[in-house]
Amino acid sequence: MASTIRVRATSSGDTTEVQALIQHPMDSGFVKDAKGELIPPHFIQEVTFEHDGKKIFVADWGPAVSKDPYLKFAFKGGKKGDELKISWTDNKGSSDQTTAKIQ
Amino acid sequence: MNNEIDKTRRLILQGAAVVALAGIGVRFGLTQALAAAANDKYPEEAFKQKSGDDAIKSLYGKTAETSDKVKLDAPEIAENGAVVPISVSSSLPGVTSISILVTENPFTLAASYKIPEGTMASVSNRLKMAKTSNVIAIVEAGGKLYSASKEVKVTVGGCGG
Repeated sequence: MASTIRVRATSSGDTTEVQALIQHPMDSGFVKDAKGELIPPHFIQEVTFEHDGKKIFVADWGPAVSKDPYLKFAFKGGKKGDELKISWTDNKGSSDQTTAKIQ
Repeated sequence: MNNEIDKTRRLILQGAAVVALAGIGVRFGLTQALAAAANDKYPEEAFKQKSGDDAIKSLYGKTAETSDKVKLDAPEIAENGAVVPISVSSSLPGVTSISILVTENPFTLAASYKIPEGTMASVSNRLKMAKTSNVIAIVEAGGKLYSASKEVKVTVGGCGG
């Protein structure tokens, strides 16, 4: 039940500001573990934000995005109570999605 | 459309043969169509490039010019290279995408954002930096690329162990 995605979307007039925090290791593939073995790359490749059936923001990420990634952007056309759909997929094919109401 | 004409005109000015004009037009049309088709896919190749120029070329198929209308917010000194807050925004009209590159990282392209119409040309995120490096912000607006860069000094790298 606990989603890996936390989103806060706040509407102020005609723009909605979206902040998202995703729980993910974002392993780059360059870091070694305690035994000196490389931790294989494991990172989110794509995050999609949808509002009203339309993509409003798409993030393509490489392994250089920090662990537990944070994102902030803003868009026009959202209003309080509207739903945002957020989803991500990583390089191992895992994914998660959630919805958030604009406040 | 104007953009295409501009490009073609510049090529002529640069001395390209006028006879090749038709061919050039077709080629630009084709690459743009391909780019549009590939637009929704994860740009796997671009994320594997080791130089900034190659990454930009792989992602957009063109080169960027420096612009003061691209605003890159990054710290002068990042104490922790694992978490460097970086923001990019632009006052240019018709922005369709924003990308961020860290030139000294093993793979230079860090993140690329698609900005559909109605979404602001502004994004904040946190990136890893292996060491002191130039950070380049690329903004695509009206089919052209604009860039800004800044050096961020890193005291503890974020990519080593």
